[in-house]
Amino acid sequence: MIEAIGLHKHFGALHVLKGVDLRVADRELVFVIGPSGSGKSTLLRCLNRLETPDAGSIVVDGIDLMHRRTDLNAARRRIGMVFQGFNLYPHMTALGNVTLALRKVAGKGRAEAEALGLAALERVGLRDRAGHTPGQLSGGQQQRVAIARAIALEPRVMLFDEPTSALDPELVGSVLAVMRELREDGMTMVVVSHEMGFARAAADRVVFMDHGQIVEQGPPAAIFEAPQEARTQAFIGQIQRH
Amino acid sequence: MLDTFFNVEIMKAAWPILLAGLGNTLLLSVTVVPLGLLGGLMLALLARLHSPWVRWPLMAWVDFFRAFPPLVLLILLYAGLPFIGIELGGFGCVAIAFFLNTGAYYGEILRAGIDSVPTGQTEAARSTGLSASQTMAWVVLPQAVRNVLPDLMSNTLEVVKLTALGSVVAMPELLFQARQAQSLTYNPTPIVVAALVYFALLWPLVRLLSRLENRALRAG
Amino acid sequence: MTGWERFLDTFFNAKVMAKYWPDILHGMWVTIELAMLVVVTGIASGLALALLRAAGIRPLNWLMIFVVDALRALPPLVIIVLIYFGLPSAGLTPSGFVSTWAALALVLMAFSEEIFWAGITAVPRGQWEAARSTGLSYAQALFHVVLPQALRLTIPPLTSRTIAITKGTALGSVVAVSEILGQASSAVSNSYNPSPLILGAAAYLVLFIPVVVAGRWVETRFAWKK
Repeated sequence: MIEAIGLHKHFGALHVLKGVDLRVADRELVFVIGPSGSGKSTLLRCLNRLETPDAGSIVVDGIDLMHRRTDLNAARRRIGMVFQGFNLYPHMTALGNVTLALRKVAGKGRAEAEALGLAALERVGLRDRAGHTPGQLSGGQQQRVAIARAIALEPRVMLFDEPTSALDPELVGSVLAVMRELREDGMTMVVVSHEMGFARAAADRVVFMDHGQIVEQGPPAAIFEAPQEARTQAFIGQIQRH
Repeated sequence: MLDTFFNVEIMKAAWPILLAGLGNTLLLSVTVVPLGLLGGLMLALLARLHSPWVRWPLMAWVDFFRAFPPLVLLILLYAGLPFIGIELGGFGCVAIAFFLNTGAYYGEILRAGIDSVPTGQTEAARSTGLSASQTMAWVVLPQAVRNVLPDLMSNTLEVVKLTALGSVVAMPELLFQARQAQSLTYNPTPIVVAALVYFALLWPLVRLLSRLENRALRAG
Repeated sequence: MTGWERFLDTFFNAKVMAKYWPDILHGMWVTIELAMLVVVTGIASGLALALLRAAGIRPLNWLMIFVVDALRALPPLVIIVLIYFGLPSAGLTPSGFVSTWAALALVLMAFSEEIFWAGITAVPRGQWEAARSTGLSYAQALFHVVLPQALRLTIPPLTSRTIAITKGTALGSVVAVSEILGQASSAVSNSYNPSPLILGAAAYLVLFIPVVVAGRWVETRFAWKK
């Protein structure tokens, strides 16, 4: 489903991605962990070309994202993204947030877009909040609306960039529950997060990144219980002490 | 074209006249800016008295002068007062009109600045034994001014630009001198030069303000 | 005649006022016309410039910043005089009305461009990213997501700036525009009595007090911080 090969990215003098290869199979859930500044968010943002890598190739669902003639906007419709800070549009209702791209990118009429939008809100358990603005919703509800905004477009892949980091602890569960349901419906997902419990329970594969490189990857049990590399051991040890 | 708008001969001839005008513009500015600030400070401090007997008249006063074009105020003083035997002259009229007009603007800005200082600051100062006026002078006002510095500077820019109104009441400031020179030479070069002088004088302030405003909006 | 009666007779002379109020009324219409033109063209062109600036064409943006700076640094009266007395030497003879309109619209354009641009850059980057991540184009993200939020931020500063510049219509009297102040001034010199000025001042208050009060309401309604 995703084939990203040889990605390099510089921010000025900083070399953030140093030749990263990531392949994600259909219906696979890949969990990306690593210390802050390891390049994991940058990697994720390359997968829908919010960042443009300096070198490398990215093919998602058969579409070459690095090709000059590729219609990025059409491609992004098929690659959902959920952000750490929700990034809901504050001037629109929850339903407005969900239907904007349905109408403007997918070209649906108002009635059809609203039906699809309500269905997406239903899936995240917030159909009754359709008329609320983001300011009237809790953080967990806002993040679920953001997920609905992405899944309403029927993406082939979902990218999650630390989706629960900005949430109060008691609100994390509702967001993870929605992600788990997506997983059970067979969505291909790449998740950057610190929720190790969720990784253990739901991930097919865990990828550990450090200093712009993938250090080690494998099934959750292998990475968490028996990491091979010293850097992985140090990182896992650190988070388990918490 | 160059001969019309940038005539070097005329520039040379008009330069001393314009320079005198610039001097008067600067003199006018350094008179009216402190006057306006003083008036504004008085209004802002009065607004601290939360009595409705003060607040409503104050708000009416401020809105009155915000609604009144400064030129109208100036003409009213300059052309109206002599009818009852009061001759203030151009400079006096400009000074009074600006005191009233820009004072209202400065007052609104300073009031917002004072409101932006948390009450905890006043409480802390009073708890150490400072009097109300000491607290205002040493604790609240410095923070208030810093919080609204871009607005104060922006208003000051407007005040300096407003001094061009002096030309209407025969104050020999920069614009007036330029128009005198223009009508003597039948050539617009002096006005063009005067515009360039205003630009050279105020551009640094405009640039600085533009940066500050962008930052303020982004933080808000 | 007591002092008070003399004062009333001088500044509130009923006979003079009765004679000249139609002139002042006519001046009010000219002022309203001029103000409307300035507000509509000034803000529309300011918004257009800000959107052009968002397109990010470097040399064009530098030119734009310079022109905007110049228009902010020059006193509006200087711009009016420059257009009215300067352009005839270049073969163009704009009327006083056109000169005043053009000058004030340019000034409002410059200020509103700055305000709109500041508003656009104040919208968090995440809003752009979220919009683009769902497949919206740059222009769609700008118009549907960023601009509505930016406009909300810009309403308070734009309102007070627009009021301040619109009051500048009185400057038209300097270049023989027969707006309120122009009418009042000529009435004073015709009647040797300052009552028309008082009438003119009242006319300004009638026009602008509602605007200032409405502006105060708008400023609190759309206050800076949410």
